Amino acid sequence: METQDSQMPDGAVTILPIIGLEIHVELDTETKMFCRCRNRFGDPPNTNVCPVCIGMPGVLPVMNGKAVELAMTVGLALGCTVRKFTKWDRKSYYYPDLPKNYQISQYDLPLCEHGRLEVPLPEGEAKTVAILRVHLEEDAGKNVHDNPTHTGVDLNRAGVPLLEIVSEPDMNSVQQVGAYARAMQRLVRWLGASQANMQMGHMRFEPNINLHITRDGVTYKTPIIEVKNLNSFRALESAVAYEIDRQTNEWQADNAFTLENLGKQNRGYDDATGQTVFQRSKEEAHDYRYFPDPDLMPVIVSAQWRDRVAAGIGELPLARRRRYMDDYKLTFKEADALTQDAATGDLLEGALEAGADAKRCVNLLLGRGAALANERGCTIAEIGVSAGQLTDLAGMLTAGEINATSAAKVFDKLVDTDDGPQAIAAAAGLLAVTDTAEIEAWVDDAIAANTQAVEEVRSGGKKQKKAFGFLMGQVMQKSRGAAQPGEVQRLLRQKLGLDG
Amino acid sequence: MSQLTDLTARRLAVAVADGQTSAVEATQAYLDAIASRDQAISAYNETFAERAIQQARSIDEARAKGAALGPLAGVPIAIKDNLATTFGRTTCSSKMLADFRAPYTATAVAKLEAAGAVILGKTNMDEFAMGSSTENSALGPTRNPWDTGRVPGGSSGGSAAAVAARLAAAAIGSDTGGSIRQPAAFCGVVGLKPTYGRVSRYGLVAYGSSLDQIGPMTRDVADAALLAGVIAGGDPRDSTCVDQSVPDYLASLETPIDGLRIGRPSEFFSEALDGEIAAAIEQACQVYRSLGATIVDVSLPHSRIDVDAKGQLSSYAVAAYYVVATAEASSNLARYDGVHYGHRTEDKVDDIVALYSRSRGEGFGDEVKRRIMLGTFALSSGYYDAYYNKALKVRRLIKNDFDTALTACDVLLAPVTPTPAFEFGEKTDDPLQMYLADVYTISANLAGLPALAIPAGLSAAGLPIGMQLIGPVFSEETLFRAAAMFEQAANLPDMKPPMIDESS
Ligand SMILES: [Zn+2]
Repeated sequence: METQDSQMPDGAVTILPIIGLEIHVELDTETKMFCRCRNRFGDPPNTNVCPVCIGMPGVLPVMNGKAVELAMTVGLALGCTVRKFTKWDRKSYYYPDLPKNYQISQYDLPLCEHGRLEVPLPEGEAKTVAILRVHLEEDAGKNVHDNPTHTGVDLNRAGVPLLEIVSEPDMNSVQQVGAYARAMQRLVRWLGASQANMQMGHMRFEPNINLHITRDGVTYKTPIIEVKNLNSFRALESAVAYEIDRQTNEWQADNAFTLENLGKQNRGYDDATGQTVFQRSKEEAHDYRYFPDPDLMPVIVSAQWRDRVAAGIGELPLARRRRYMDDYKLTFKEADALTQDAATGDLLEGALEAGADAKRCVNLLLGRGAALANERGCTIAEIGVSAGQLTDLAGMLTAGEINATSAAKVFDKLVDTDDGPQAIAAAAGLLAVTDTAEIEAWVDDAIAANTQAVEEVRSGGKKQKKAFGFLMGQVMQKSRGAAQPGEVQRLLRQKLGLDG
Repeated sequence: MSQLTDLTARRLAVAVADGQTSAVEATQAYLDAIASRDQAISAYNETFAERAIQQARSIDEARAKGAALGPLAGVPIAIKDNLATTFGRTTCSSKMLADFRAPYTATAVAKLEAAGAVILGKTNMDEFAMGSSTENSALGPTRNPWDTGRVPGGSSGGSAAAVAARLAAAAIGSDTGGSIRQPAAFCGVVGLKPTYGRVSRYGLVAYGSSLDQIGPMTRDVADAALLAGVIAGGDPRDSTCVDQSVPDYLASLETPIDGLRIGRPSEFFSEALDGEIAAAIEQACQVYRSLGATIVDVSLPHSRIDVDAKGQLSSYAVAAYYVVATAEASSNLARYDGVHYGHRTEDKVDDIVALYSRSRGEGFGDEVKRRIMLGTFALSSGYYDAYYNKALKVRRLIKNDFDTALTACDVLLAPVTPTPAFEFGEKTDDPLQMYLADVYTISANLAGLPALAIPAGLSAAGLPIGMQLIGPVFSEETLFRAAAMFEQAANLPDMKPPMIDESS
């Protein structure tokens, strides 16, 4: 466990940050949670709305079963217990982006609870974070402040299925919180439960942080601070870091800065300054007046339903990473990079099943593949190279039909076409030349044009190796990279009399 | 054309189908009646004369072409103003929704129109269905056609008065704690509160969502059976609506029930009940006995009505109801905040909280505010268990009582109201006394059971007296048959308010 230890002038003080995290994840369904409006980001304001999601009089919510299945999928992947009986509750508060002035949520009977997530830390370490509960609710709309005289309300997001994943306060550092949040992003994407795109607000964080400060055998607990509505990993990490510092300083200035005295508090986060700002104390907290929503029937999860959802989950990222290291002998870094999402691993496995060489495929995917994915802001699988193309290209490398430099060029071209790598390489003149006569002519030209280097090779001095490399390069240049290097080397050695 | 407005909905539908009259003639007869008599009663908030005549004309044209007609073809019907319609306004008799035009139509209304009904207009009610006299309407009260100095009951007072005064062949109301049955009893008409989940609530502006049901208000039992058959059935837009086949209620209506066992809950026949009503129900028991039915005494201990030394009533059921219904209402009515639609204050406000409180303060009437505050309190942290949770427990006990009682009998026979229609202003200063007007009707809502109010006679003062039959869930067919047996045999006076003949 990582802790922040620091020495104070007045004696030995240990500071242990205690951090829990609530993560809101928008589920990637076709339609909203309780109406059949489209669930899509980026459309013009108030175009994906209907009487139900704008809360008109007399309309009724109807549950989206697909959203419940996605929520169960995430819960089961987190090792949670799925409740056999759950229900919907109304959470009341007034806000313009909440048209009914209550949110349909789950209060005392969350769909899933008591799970855990194994969080990879750098260098192959791992930390297990316990999950308290996973429940489903509807998202609110958005207030739009783009006009000096009034605030607009966009209700396209109102009613989008929202999963709330609440961890136990198991984390003890900024690094752990960041790793946990990223692992959760990878998991929900892996499961196809959410696109988990930060820019589109698919994932939002609310960490709660306090410190256990031990001095002379006495432990002080600072107030538990919940930081609301963080929309990026960077904001999450900087808010947590700021709070650890701030609480440390507050306690140092006044040891009465404790949970006992001050209770729980909510703070907001200012993106510009990287600081948190006081919002309200527990005493001022909303009374949400939860009660069961009489418009919706309880949800009964049968064993068959749960088992069917569970059967659809398949292998999870960490298990797959382990398997790649064990079965394909990949390094941790390689295996980790190839298990960021399910489809990239599927692409690799497709090529391997077709008989491709693992190392060559991995090099192609993590070389140009990763570079292209990075340029385009997508996953490696999404750049558009098929398992068949990957298999063929790896096969050409193994057969010496193409060299690594040319293979990289061919890989880049595969992205925009369904053509095979063989055809692409041929059309671009990137196929390795194995015709001995043609290579022999380039070798002869190189020997004739570089008498000094030839002399240095033949004399066998300490410059021999460098001069031989120079001549190799000359031949490759004449062939525009197409000559098969093994053949060039064989002919050069023969003609310069090195073999015998 | 007074004869046309005297026909029941079923007879009128037959007359239109047989060509004895046309849908346009029938509709015009009702529009004329509204023009001449509704000033005295104020049953309607809005009428759709032009649209109604157009609807009627298209039915006549369909008939002329030999097309199949729906079971309500050409029948002019009134609907309560808390049912959303794409035509006209849906005001809930509230300033809050005075200009609200819904972009959707309630499933029940769509089903009526699909069956050929002609929608005459929308009827007055207590604001957001909160009340028992229609005195809580922001548009002014509706008057009882039997005595315009008295209330028609509520909250579906406009629908009850319209049917009684022959201003509609039939009407649709909603019942959360008695809002169909109590005005039906006060106005001498038939009113059904269906089993919870029998009729879709989609498009019914919610008051107490776990209690609200839409139901028919009609001149006789057959009409109630006819309309109930049209509006009942599953709806993919209401998850609480049960997708269960709807029996042909009319087919079995004339077949008496052999060996009918009627349970009389002893708790409902205490000193709290008006003597004339008690006598009318005793008379009804005699009628049933003469038809071969047996009357058994049953007990509903948690629906007991206590009377203190001062004559004040109290009831667990009423107490539980006013916690559950107001809790749900406080949440259901939160959406009326002046932001997205509905009334918004014209005052200059500095912040969103002021916009909320001014708009709601101006838009809601006193009774609505009272119930929002009650419900908000009942759900508040620290009070939830003492009020809301306890009310749910009482609700379960009441339901269990009914389940037990209904093992010893087929239906329960009970009063609808403690007294006949009361005078305007009689209870407006004492909300608790007003709430007790629903003391006999509330239990069926809490238990989710169907209950059918039918006329049982007239008081000495010439005011209608009602009684109700309550059965197990989805027993509407039994209720209709049992009610029809009484209706046939009882030889009641003509349930036509004297004002109709006086004015025509
Ligand atoms: Zn919608």
